[in-house]
Order: sequence, then C-alpha cells, then structure tokens
Amino acid sequence: MERIPILKMNEFLLVSIQVDMHDRLAMTLQDDLTDRIVRDRARGVLIDISSLEIVDSFIGRMIGNIAAMSRVLDAETVVVGMRPAVAITLVELGLSLPGVRTSLNVDKGMELLRASLRGSNGDGHRDARR
Amino acid sequence: MGTRAGSRLTQIVKKHEAAIVAEWIKEQLAAVKAADRISEADLREDCERFLSLFNAALQSGAGEDIAAAPWTETRDMLSGLSRARAKAGYKPAETAVFVLALKLPLFDRLRSEIGGDAQGLADEVWATTVVLDRLALFTTEVYQTGREEVILRQQQEMLELSTPVVQVWDNILALPLIGTLDSARTQVVMENLLQRIVETGAAIAIIDITGVPTVDTLVAQHLLKTVAAARLMGADCIISGIRPQIAQTIVHLGVELSTVVTKATLADAFIIALQKTGAAIGRSPKA
Repeated sequence: MERIPILKMNEFLLVSIQVDMHDRLAMTLQDDLTDRIVRDRARGVLIDISSLEIVDSFIGRMIGNIAAMSRVLDAETVVVGMRPAVAITLVELGLSLPGVRTSLNVDKGMELLRASLRGSNGDGHRDARR
Repeated sequence: MGTRAGSRLTQIVKKHEAAIVAEWIKEQLAAVKAADRISEADLREDCERFLSLFNAALQSGAGEDIAAAPWTETRDMLSGLSRARAKAGYKPAETAVFVLALKLPLFDRLRSEIGGDAQGLADEVWATTVVLDRLALFTTEVYQTGREEVILRQQQEMLELSTPVVQVWDNILALPLIGTLDSARTQVVMENLLQRIVETGAAIAIIDITGVPTVDTLVAQHLLKTVAAARLMGADCIISGIRPQIAQTIVHLGVELSTVVTKATLADAFIIALQKTGAAIGRSPKA
C-alpha cells in the first residue's frame, strides 16, 4: 500500500507530500504521523505540501486535523509551501485552517519551528533530553 | 417568389446606379446627426461598393436568405463598416441607416419603372424590403457585438490596471486597492497577491484600502478571504488605509476584523511590517 514517508531530523519530523492525496492516504498519514510523534518524541512537525495541486474539503480538513493532533502531542506543526490555487480553494471552501501555522517554504518553516522551540524551552531541558 | 425577387431590381439598379447612390447618400447625411464626421468621398466609395456587391448577390439568385454563400462578401463588407462605426462612436440607428436609407431611392426607381404593374411592384417592393431589413438587422447585430467586445476589453484592462502588487521592502509587499471590490476583482487581486508572494518570498503583505470607496459586508468578506489565503501560504497581512467613516461602517455592520492587524495609514502598517521582519529605518545623523 502506498504511504507518505516521514523523515526524522533531530527533534523534527518532516513530511513531504509529493503525490495527490486521496482520502485513504490521508487517513494513513494521520495514523503514521501520530505514531511517529510519540515514538520519536518529536517536538516539531513540518508538512511540505508544495507538490499538492488538488485539495477537496476532506483533504483540507485532514491537514487541519493532523496539525491539531500534533499539537495535542506537544509537537509544533507548520504547513509549508501551499500553492496559491490550493490556498484560494481552501478559503473558498471555508477552510482557512485557523489553528495551523504556515510558511512559504521549507527554510522559513524550519526557522519558525526552531524559533518556537527556543521560545518554549528557554531552560535548556531540550539538551538534556537529547 | 424568392428566386424571382430582385430580377427586375437588379436591372433597375444597374441602369440607375449613379442616381441611386446620389440619393442614397443624401438620405444618409440627412439621417445621421453628426454628418460632419462622415467624409462624403468615403461614403460614396462604401455605397458604390455595397451596391455592386448587393447587385451581384441578387443576380446570383440567392434571394432573401442573407446567410447564404452569395451574400458572404456583402456581409463581410457590412460587418467591417459596422465595426468601424461602432469604434468611431456612432449610434446603432446611425449604423443601420446605411442600409435602410437605400430603401427610398430603390422604391422610387421601382415605382417609376414598373409603376403600371401594381402586382409586380408590390412583389418587388416586398422582396426588397425583406432583404434590406435583414441586412440592416445584420449591421445592428455586428454593431452590438463590436460594442460588447469594446466593453469586455475595457473591463479586462480595468482588472489588470487596478491591481498592482508592489514590493516596498525585502519581504514586504504592498497592495494598494482602488475602486470597488466585487467577487471577480477579489479573485484577480487574490491571485496576483499570492503569485507575487510566491515569486518574492514575501513574509508580509500590506493591503491598503484608501482607494476603496465603500466597505460593506461583502467587501469585508472578500478582504478577509484574501487575508486568509495569504496566511495559508505563510504570509501575514496588514490592512491599512481605513478611513474614519469606513471604521464606523465596519463596526456598525458588525464585521469581525479582529483576526487581522489593521492600521489607519500605510506608513503605520509599513513600520509594523519592518519591525516584524526585523528591519528598521532611522534618520542618518546628518539630517
């Protein structure tokens, strides 16, 4: 069965969606990602959707849900590289993903994740855990 | 009657061509108010050309069906003329009169030639009227399409003109909106803005609505949509240029703008944007 790979980089997980999402794939990703966040004790998740060209209301909601679940598991989530057409579609569908942090590209997304981690771990316990 | 129609007419037209053209031109000049716009020489050329094409089409026996092949050249000539007149600002009636004014001289000739045969005269007059009316309607139709094309092009140009996205600083875009925001324009504005965000990698977009005359719930909703779409792409938006009356309207309408950073002037918004991107502007010590 096809799966979306989840890469671990230090305390971050990277998900790059390179194929068009269908419902089943989104459900699988949701399961895999929540598993991995717990297993790897990830503190940040970066979801790159720059190759995603088609969204419907279900996929839009899934993106929002995945971000919300990661947050519950104490992993900051940032969605990066959304295409203009996808952004317009989501807004027209009424899904402006209010709780999801967004960035223009992977670089800026990583910066955002690091900044928010620094903010939440000023006491240095991050190093101890690693 | 269809095939026979115009058989006598063609002969008459051939015989009296010069006189018909002269009368025809006189009729037209009388009917068109802004007659000074028409040069008589040009008009004469058009008339002679039309008359010869008209005659040729009649001779070929195409009858009243002006959609048929023999009328093609006549139709082309008329549509060229209508388009030119639509562009030059003629009224529809003034365009149609080109064909309709031909009736009087033609009927005059018909009457003087075959006035004795009442039955034949009625037939000929009817056949001529049908053809000329159709041709006149055709010119009006072409005129209309010409006008519509002009309007469409202008709309397109207005859309393109009125939505510039300006890069004012590293990572900062400004979008000065001018004119009323309807759904179609919002779509264009949104697409332009998002495209530029991708191209420039901007982190902040300032939407300035100083030039938007009125903000109602629909316009506000469109603005919020644009802001939401930009946020999904990873860029923050600041709305600036909110005039006092607009602020009052927004509150009276109960529009919720609290999710968006709003500033009274573009300058204020720019300073906030600079702070957010970590840049600063100051006076040089000399100044």
